[in-house]
Amino acid sequence: MREPLSGVQITKVAKRYGSERALAGVTLELASRSMCALLGHNGAGKTTLLGILSTLVRPNDGKVIYRAGTAEVTGIAVRREIGMLAHASLCYGELTARENLELFAKLYELDPGRAAIDAVLDRVGLEPRARDRASRTYSRGMVQRLALARALLTAPSLLLLDEPFTGLDRGGALALGTELGKLRDGGAIVVVVTHDLEAIAGRTDHVAILRRGQLVFEERGSYDYERLKDVYHQHAN
Amino acid sequence: MSLFRQAGRVAWKDLRIELRSREIVYTMAFFAALIVVVFSFAFPRDIRIVRGAAPGMLWVAIAFAGTIGLGRAFDRERENDTMRALLLAPIPRLAVFLGKAIAIAVLVLVVAAVGTPLLALFLGAPLFENPLPLVISLVLGAIGFASVGSVFAATLLKVRSRDVLLPVVLYPLLIPLFVAGTSATEALIAERVNLDAAWYWISFLGIYDAAFLVVSIWTFESLVIE
Amino acid sequence: MSEATTKPSYAVPVFAALSAIGFAITIWLVFTYTPLAQDLFFNQKIFYYHVAHAFMMFAAVALCGVSSIAFLKFRKPKWDDIALASAEVAVALGAVVLITGSIWGKAAWDVWWTWEKRLTMSLLLWLTLVAYVIVRRFAGSSADRMAAGLAVFGTVALPFIYFMVDRSDRHPQAGVAAALEPKMKLVFWLSVATFLCWFLALVIARIQSARAERELRELRERGLDTGVLT
Repeated sequence: MREPLSGVQITKVAKRYGSERALAGVTLELASRSMCALLGHNGAGKTTLLGILSTLVRPNDGKVIYRAGTAEVTGIAVRREIGMLAHASLCYGELTARENLELFAKLYELDPGRAAIDAVLDRVGLEPRARDRASRTYSRGMVQRLALARALLTAPSLLLLDEPFTGLDRGGALALGTELGKLRDGGAIVVVVTHDLEAIAGRTDHVAILRRGQLVFEERGSYDYERLKDVYHQHAN
Repeated sequence: MSLFRQAGRVAWKDLRIELRSREIVYTMAFFAALIVVVFSFAFPRDIRIVRGAAPGMLWVAIAFAGTIGLGRAFDRERENDTMRALLLAPIPRLAVFLGKAIAIAVLVLVVAAVGTPLLALFLGAPLFENPLPLVISLVLGAIGFASVGSVFAATLLKVRSRDVLLPVVLYPLLIPLFVAGTSATEALIAERVNLDAAWYWISFLGIYDAAFLVVSIWTFESLVIE
Repeated sequence: MSEATTKPSYAVPVFAALSAIGFAITIWLVFTYTPLAQDLFFNQKIFYYHVAHAFMMFAAVALCGVSSIAFLKFRKPKWDDIALASAEVAVALGAVVLITGSIWGKAAWDVWWTWEKRLTMSLLLWLTLVAYVIVRRFAGSSADRMAAGLAVFGTVALPFIYFMVDRSDRHPQAGVAAALEPKMKLVFWLSVATFLCWFLALVIARIQSARAERELRELRERGLDTGVLT
């Protein structure tokens, strides 16, 4: 029943918030087995573009087409494939880690059994002692692990990450980077918005830079930290 | 049927969190009780005046306490951006709306269940002489409030001044509901009980709920999507 | 993006001129041509303005409701411009309705405010409109969506307000609904036409200003993009 997404075509997408221009005609193609780094200064439109990709922001103009193989996918079938990891955890603080994952497993019509949930929590390394405690008592790092578990639980084929490294220590950020690399190799489309170039260096193979709502640079290739820094400073300003 | 199952999950999640923290229920119920006490001091306690004033007190208490609970219930979805998680889930967005509205309606009914006996106790208002129509009007009132309220509270979620804007937007739309509720209660506790009038207003509430449920269902998705 | 130059439009000056001429004629006719009303005598003259304004307010509200639905459906800013313009004009018209209604109330029943059916309805409707304008001002980036939602819900609330007011009004309908004499009717409809022109002039001017604001912004953005402006 699931149709993993194989590509996303963004065509001339524009978005305004009242008088504020957030995006002005962005065209971008995303492919599976690829990690796209969406870079730019604050207010460049990165989060808006991510919002549009996640179907939670409606563009005023232009369109986004999601494809699974050759077929176009829309609506609930698209949302089924999206995994989101943001600065906020998207989990309920009053519920425990297990209860949070059970809830989302049910909403996604997945197996909410104890074994399935423990498997995901093992994968992100959330210690067993903490799993039955309300998640508001967690440390920042544990919350981020839970958020990652929530995203991994549904095995998404389009992963949208909005500043996922903020608040993590260096080790945590690098571990998350590794996990994202694995997902990409598994065939997912990964889009990451971040200021932390170090965490994505060596993993990203597609760089798109936004400035004042416009796409000013786009290139596919391999990027180490130095190269990322170079293109960023050259084009974001 | 998966729509209602998913809506039930969203509602049950809200109620489970509330059962655990009891924050909204306690604060709402206490606030409603406070309003009733303030009213008891502010107005004469003569039974003739009480018959005229108690219905208004009851529905005003529900409106104020309900708004507080509504705002807080949606604040919870904002804290960890969980509203985004709900809207992202592969369930009809309608299920998110219905789930939230069901949970809010339950909270409002809890407030009514506290406020009504207190009014009867403090002011001697004969509220329980016709319990069935009273309960029906309160249930219909809670449904209408929860339906319109959930749409606008969800839309206002990310607006900085949402706490002031919520009542500004809601009350003009809810005036017919509160007037109908007050009139129904008034007809029930008047010296000469007027059941016909009470049922007129109850059916008014029923039609109001039906109409606004339809509009809420129809607009919810286009309003919460930015 | 819409084209950057606004075509010159004669709609506003034409409607404004028509309404000015119409106003001069109606005010002359109101005081010289129409007969005095049976029970209110000279006081009834305010009727020609009060009711005409109420008609226009309802027209503005309907326009706002319809364009809000269109905006939610298509998300094109032009619909939002129309909704905003008609709501703002409706607030002004509503204020006139309430003030003239109050004056009428003083003359007819010797009280400044009375919960007469139509006056109550106008007040409740006006409150919704004020809420609309407040939301536009203070709801930040989601103001257009919010306000459109309020307009749609407000339109649905209208019949309920009507039936609610209709049922709970215990006020005598003195003089208000009395049949108009033919001369009165003629002047009344002339007055309605006059204020319709005035209403159109206001709404179109407001829409044009909203559109001009947007085009100016777009030009500025284009200037910034190409580096002409900094």
